Amino acid sequence: MLAWTVYISFLGVLGLMLLPKGNAAAARKVAMLSAVAGLAVAFAGFAEFKAGEIVTVAKLPWIPSLGIEYHLAADGISLTLVLLTGLAAVGGILFSWNIEDRAKEFFAFYLALIGGVYGVFLSFDLFLLFVFYEIAIVPKYFIIAIWGSTRKEYGAMKLALYSFIGSAMVLVGLIAAYVVSGAHSFNVLELAQYPFPHDFQMWAFPLVFVGFAILAGMWPFHTWAPTGHVAAPTAASMLLAGVVMKLGAYGCLRVAMTLFPEGLEAWKTWIAVLAVIGIVYGALVALVQKDFKFVIGYSSVSHMGFVLLGLVTLNTIGLSGAVLQMFSHGIIAGLLFAVVGRMVYERTHTRELSQLEGMNLVKAMPFAAVTFVVASAASMGLPGFSGFIAELQVLIGAWASFPTLAVIAGVGIVVGVAYTLRAMQKAFFGEPLTALTPSHPPSDADGATASQEGHAHAMQAISVPERLGAVMLIGVSLLVGLYPRLLLDVITPSFNSPLFEWLRKGGAQ
Amino acid sequence: MSYLDLLKLAAPEVLVVLTALVVLVLDLTSMRGLNLRVRLGINGLIACVGCAAAIAWLLVIPAQGQVAGGMLVADSLTALVKIVVLSLTIFTVLLSFNAKFTAHVGEYLALVLFAAVGMMFLVSAEDILMIFVSLEMTSLSLYVLTAFNKRNIKSAEAALKYFLFGGMAAAFMLFGLSLIYGLSGATNLHAIAAALAGKGLDPLLVVAMVMTVIGFGFKVAAVPFHLWAPDAYEGAPTPSAALIASGSKVASFFIAAKVLMIGFAGVEGSAAWRDYASGWMPLIAVVAGLSMILGNLAAIVQRNVKRLLAYSAIAHAGYAVLGILSNDASGTASLIYYVATYGLTVVGAFGVVSVVENLKGDSKLTDFIGLSRRAPVVALCMMVFMLSLAGIPPLAGFFGKFYVFLAAAGAGQNLGLLWLVILAIAMSAVSLYYYLQVLKQIYVVEAKDGNQGMEVPVFSQAVLVVIAILVVGLGCFPNLLVGPLQSCLAATGH
Repeated sequence: MLAWTVYISFLGVLGLMLLPKGNAAAARKVAMLSAVAGLAVAFAGFAEFKAGEIVTVAKLPWIPSLGIEYHLAADGISLTLVLLTGLAAVGGILFSWNIEDRAKEFFAFYLALIGGVYGVFLSFDLFLLFVFYEIAIVPKYFIIAIWGSTRKEYGAMKLALYSFIGSAMVLVGLIAAYVVSGAHSFNVLELAQYPFPHDFQMWAFPLVFVGFAILAGMWPFHTWAPTGHVAAPTAASMLLAGVVMKLGAYGCLRVAMTLFPEGLEAWKTWIAVLAVIGIVYGALVALVQKDFKFVIGYSSVSHMGFVLLGLVTLNTIGLSGAVLQMFSHGIIAGLLFAVVGRMVYERTHTRELSQLEGMNLVKAMPFAAVTFVVASAASMGLPGFSGFIAELQVLIGAWASFPTLAVIAGVGIVVGVAYTLRAMQKAFFGEPLTALTPSHPPSDADGATASQEGHAHAMQAISVPERLGAVMLIGVSLLVGLYPRLLLDVITPSFNSPLFEWLRKGGAQ
Repeated sequence: MSYLDLLKLAAPEVLVVLTALVVLVLDLTSMRGLNLRVRLGINGLIACVGCAAAIAWLLVIPAQGQVAGGMLVADSLTALVKIVVLSLTIFTVLLSFNAKFTAHVGEYLALVLFAAVGMMFLVSAEDILMIFVSLEMTSLSLYVLTAFNKRNIKSAEAALKYFLFGGMAAAFMLFGLSLIYGLSGATNLHAIAAALAGKGLDPLLVVAMVMTVIGFGFKVAAVPFHLWAPDAYEGAPTPSAALIASGSKVASFFIAAKVLMIGFAGVEGSAAWRDYASGWMPLIAVVAGLSMILGNLAAIVQRNVKRLLAYSAIAHAGYAVLGILSNDASGTASLIYYVATYGLTVVGAFGVVSVVENLKGDSKLTDFIGLSRRAPVVALCMMVFMLSLAGIPPLAGFFGKFYVFLAAAGAGQNLGLLWLVILAIAMSAVSLYYYLQVLKQIYVVEAKDGNQGMEVPVFSQAVLVVIAILVVGLGCFPNLLVGPLQSCLAATGH
């Protein structure tokens, strides 16, 4: 049944293509219907799921002469991420309810992206996984290039090329693994059992891991992420940070780490170092950003560092922490981007913190302010929100594997508090300016050009879909934060499957 | 051998020749006074019916056998490739229904069909003499087709360039083939292989090999024999360019693979990393690598979509050569899948170009601005074609590349050809950039003069949609073509 998440999304694309031109309202409804249906299917699948098993959703021969199968399946990890995708999809549509320009095309690309993401999380055949992975790349380009803002064409092309280069690396690894194993199969369960030669793993592992990790925003391959996030329209930022970056992390876990355990063993320290650099670097850079959205963009790099760090701890608590962090960050980053991109930017037409400072937004849009405060609290890792439990688990796991790095990562959390508070303070709680003084710094280069007079006008009230979306995402984060077993009971047993046998033994056999 | 046998084996070719003659005579005798569109419509339809009849013949009455020592070989594999060539010809003809570049409808269509016949004979030939003759038959028709737009000086220039380069390449090839005959005393590929077996790499054989590769390299527009391609693609009337890029490519690749794999069996050498050995493999590995690099890098700076497609064709020739390098059945299967789907995609792309050309008068990148709002269906088709060429799943171009790369990586020992596969995949990532440039004009850039709709003939749209559906279909269900290919290869004992 879970396969319907994929089908519904692509049916939605088809439905949108058949709609008459220029009917934005209908396009929104079709998209919403499709996203909600996808979410419902994901929920149903989640409810039915028995922890620890791998449910086969579909398994049909596809290209028999190459042993390629149409093989969709789900374990606890995929299910968690499928659920996240459903939530992010619905949230993204709620926050792009106001799109009028070429709405039909926008939602068609949007749903194609969602369909691809669902497909990646459900594929257990690596060829199929790769197909869905690439399907998810192209719509991103168009969504950003057409509906984006600040340097949109540059950001879109950069993102597309980074993604494509990453997937090219993965493709080389997959082809080589297929040939070397001689198993005549791309089934991840079968390939994971094959003992690849050590020398082969030594180069294949970093190739495939880094190929996926580019999309997960691993330092120093993260530079697409801030520019891409900033250029993207709100819904796309939410999806990029919310689910697309998770595609990369998921690929690392599902493909690179299961196939090449010896390579993982040899390279894990390096990856942990890069992950921690990403955590601290992302946080420090976020601390000095002038553009509100860049703050969130770099915070994503920082938070994704926790995911990567959790993955290479290779103990159950760190691994499940990483998966939980994927879920948690997907929700929280989505919320932050929604506040910045939709609630604030589309009303003030600026994202310059220095300009927002003078607007006293807490008075002008209290709902946005409250939402952002709550989201910031979640992002900082305040207990009670999902981020806390996830990052705590990662740190506990890391403490066991890399004590020094765990301490440095802890510093990253402190810096995280600092940049979040700084952004919150500047954006919402700045001193109201009675008059706009000429000493006011001019807006920075392209995009964020604001008409100073514009601020004087009353801002549009926060709309119902926005409120709905914010409440939904905050609710989910709180729910998971207060009762993490809801997800952990599904995630943790998944690591007992034969797929992760070598991981649990700490890498090599 | 009786003439009846010959007729049986060559029936599809005969059908196409007869169609060409019918079209020629009909147009010259009874249609002079009619409107150009009507003439194109009626004669084009006849041409399509002729090709379709040949396809039907190939499907319904499978011929098996050969005449005159491999002069003409018919089996299920050649039948399949011929079907591909004929289908591509049909699409080319369908897309020229709205052509305005010539009033000589009969001659034009007859030449298209003659080129197709040349390609069909080429596919069936296993004798170097016959290979050369059919290659020339195809080429000569294509030279004329390139020059067919008499009002455009660029068309003439393109044809002259194509012809001069082509003549030179043919001379090289003929020289190479004559040396082979001198060395082996045979003209049949199998006999040549048998005669050359065990003799090792004679210096004369090396010369012969290089000369032959030059000939084929020219036909498939591989670096460094590619210089004609950008000019020919740009100057030629768009349907002619489509035929050069599709059907002719399919047939040439097929025969190049045959000559190298069968005729030069035993002197492959090796292009494996750190395991180099002289032979034709390192030779064409270099050609492949250069084609991928130069084709992709040069395509980045193109400002005309036809030239861009020409450089992309050079790059794709590089990828396809990987299929030959595998030198086994899966390599052949992947090569045929690759060039067939590539041909289909590129015919579609040229179809879109000709639609834009008819409306805007040129095919510069900027002429595509705002196409998605002027003609959404055509734009969507172009998106499918460009993404397929870039190798994005689930389109046919992706599986083609994947299949070729997989075959090449699996050939030989210890991933020897992986270096070339890595190069190909890296270059394929580069190629996304320029395909996206085209799509950027279509979808992203706002037109300055508003977005008034364009009148695109429903018929052209329908043809483009059919091609796009085929590209998507073959990508989602590659087994539709891979399955028959595998069974044909098994049946013919490859």
